[in-house]
Amino acid sequence: MRFKFVRSGLVSVLALAASIGIAEAKSDVVVAMQLEPPHLDPTSAAAGAIDSVLYSNVFEGLTRFGPDGTVNPGLAESWTISEDGKSYTFKLNEGVKFHDGTDMTAEDVKFSLDRARADDSANAQKALFAGIDTVEAVDPLTVKVTLKEANSNFLFNMAWGDAVIVAPETIADIKTNPVGTGAFKFSDWVQGDKIELERNPDYWGTPAKLDNVTFKFISDPTAAFASVMAEDVNAFVGFPAPENLPQFEADPRFQVLVGSTEGETILAMNNKLPPLDNPLVRSAIAHAINRQAIIDGAMFGYGTPIGTHFAPHNPDYVDLTGMSQYDPELAKKLLAEAGFADGFETTLKLPPPSYARRGGEIIASQLRAIGIETEITNLEWAQWLEQVFKGKDYGLTIVSHTEPMDIGIYARPDYYFQYDNPDFQALFADITSENDPQKRSALLKQAQEKIAGDHVNAYLFQLAFPTVADARIKGLWKNQPTQATDLTGVSWED
Amino acid sequence: MLQYFLKRLVSLCLSLVAASVLIFLTLEVVPGDPAAYMLGINAQEDTLNALREQLGLNGTILERYLSWAGGLLVGDFGTSYTYRTPVAELIGERLWVSLPLALYALILSTLIAFPAGIWAASKRGTLADSGVMGVTQLGVAIPNFWFAMLMVLVFAINLRWFSAGGFPGWEDGFLPGMKALTLPAIALALPQASILTRVMRSSLLDTLGEDYIRSARAKGLTKGQAMWRHALRNALIPVLTIMGLQFSFLLAGAIIIENVFYLPGLGRLVFQAISARDLIVVESVVMLLVFAVILVNFTVDLAYAWVDPRLRRRR
Repeated sequence: MRFKFVRSGLVSVLALAASIGIAEAKSDVVVAMQLEPPHLDPTSAAAGAIDSVLYSNVFEGLTRFGPDGTVNPGLAESWTISEDGKSYTFKLNEGVKFHDGTDMTAEDVKFSLDRARADDSANAQKALFAGIDTVEAVDPLTVKVTLKEANSNFLFNMAWGDAVIVAPETIADIKTNPVGTGAFKFSDWVQGDKIELERNPDYWGTPAKLDNVTFKFISDPTAAFASVMAEDVNAFVGFPAPENLPQFEADPRFQVLVGSTEGETILAMNNKLPPLDNPLVRSAIAHAINRQAIIDGAMFGYGTPIGTHFAPHNPDYVDLTGMSQYDPELAKKLLAEAGFADGFETTLKLPPPSYARRGGEIIASQLRAIGIETEITNLEWAQWLEQVFKGKDYGLTIVSHTEPMDIGIYARPDYYFQYDNPDFQALFADITSENDPQKRSALLKQAQEKIAGDHVNAYLFQLAFPTVADARIKGLWKNQPTQATDLTGVSWED
Repeated sequence: MLQYFLKRLVSLCLSLVAASVLIFLTLEVVPGDPAAYMLGINAQEDTLNALREQLGLNGTILERYLSWAGGLLVGDFGTSYTYRTPVAELIGERLWVSLPLALYALILSTLIAFPAGIWAASKRGTLADSGVMGVTQLGVAIPNFWFAMLMVLVFAINLRWFSAGGFPGWEDGFLPGMKALTLPAIALALPQASILTRVMRSSLLDTLGEDYIRSARAKGLTKGQAMWRHALRNALIPVLTIMGLQFSFLLAGAIIIENVFYLPGLGRLVFQAISARDLIVVESVVMLLVFAVILVNFTVDLAYAWVDPRLRRRR
């Protein structure tokens, strides 16, 4: 009898413990990343870190990127496009409120788009809005946007973090107190340390599963490793030390996600600087480069080789690595044909990221093998922007172009690699005005082939995006179709 | 006396003005445009201009210097280009981490160095002395960031006694804050304590060889009494000098340790501001540090006078 009592007591204690366990199912998460946002206004800075914290969590646009890069409805529930492709009528979702409790209406959309394209706009991607002629609030839930010319990229452009909808009455403080429409509300920012978000109970769509989110900023790779190992953080997105990933993979406490990004990493060449203005020389450089050696040596094996300026996960991608196959003998022959049998000397200017610094050393030795000597200069970003990007004072440089769908930069003759080709410019104009998906896809493929054939730059690899997280976290984005850490679908495993 | 202080005050002001001009000009010639850094590679020229106008970057050098220096005089450090919050606020928040950290490290290093140095000096030539000297040699030689990583590995990753870094903020209470600063403070204190121990020991040995110590011993004081009553106080002067230097160093020079432990301190603020070309933050923080160094030196001078009455009378 007594024994039975003890046993039933034990059972109830166990049941109690189990119920406490359920009650305490974790509802908060600490996510670390390397860079801290300079401020919290995604519509007036290029810093990807702003979007990494706020995109889709706090701010939303008319359309939004899904985890696979597709463009989905956002604040606009649906839209119709006129026959000539020039006017878009967006139907907004009902019951959308800003975090300060006011309604989000067509007027707010008009305000946001007009602000982004105004003369004194500080929007880093102002070009996204350049084609807009007028924005009209037809009624509180309908917005009509008229473009100057048909632009098949318009819905895609509206999904960028730079095109999110903001409210006029909160714009003055947006840099320190962002008020959006998303599933999370901004709650606190300890500059230099962390940003905290909390669940928005009045969210118009599917509510977030987490109650609280803390973003921590840890720039040092060694500190990043320690913070994950000590379980101070639950997830590290964009983990900066690829050499440590195998160790996390072997540890059952963690999961490692290696996704892809929009970052085409290229050895950019100054197409106007002799001898790099000679296509034969550029072709020789492209053939002198062993991509796998760079991926293994600089990125510890993480990265997908590319042969053109296009993301491999995009359905329109063509694998053109064969057009610049590693072949040092051919490279020497091409160089001789161009009149540089004895090689030449040029500069190689490297920005801070490890893909550039480590990759630069490897590329320098690969180029030396065919007789090209490079003078390596390490630059800070601010110097790189001034000397290389703006001043075009360089021969070669390594950089990852992380903007989504940015093949259009090859249609800009004043862009830093100075590729000035009227055929390509005409081709890109066709792409922009083509609304038929199949024809557009064919044109995009043609564009990829054109720049690969001209060897505008040497295309190295698509930057990988490693995330290390607690094995029990579900719903993290693996890929980076845009810089974002969308936590709206993230939860802990029961 | 008053004249002396006025003279000092004038020279202090002049050095501050000179420092401000130097800092401003040095950062002026650093290449890189803050607006271009913030707006990135897709920015259009008109956008860049609009932002430069907003940031007040379009004025002449003289205009910008005067508006910055004029602001400093009335305690207005300006507004950070990138964070868009007042620099004074940014610095204030960071000081709440950096200042306690520097003090904590200084206290630790003093608590280690004084007894160790005195002990080694009193046991001169023995095994204990060479033991202390050996350990301090090692302490000086070990880079503090490496020692910091080692401590993280042992105490944060393996033993889980501390978190690997970060700072919870003082609003969570005094003890959690101190706990978060403990490993960084030890890492910072180790080389400082080693240096200080060695200085303490050699300075004490110097004074122990002085004539007045021999007289004191002849008067009948024991070796210990002579040391405590006469030698120690005289030996403190070089030690105080080093401590003053160390405090300035701890305040300004903890950048690497702050990175290892991802602490939101002044060092990291400057580090980030330099790469973002947030020049106004860099200028103001450096200016503040210059001011702190001058102030610390002044305090050290006062402390000299306290330990050595002769300095009080002279001039």
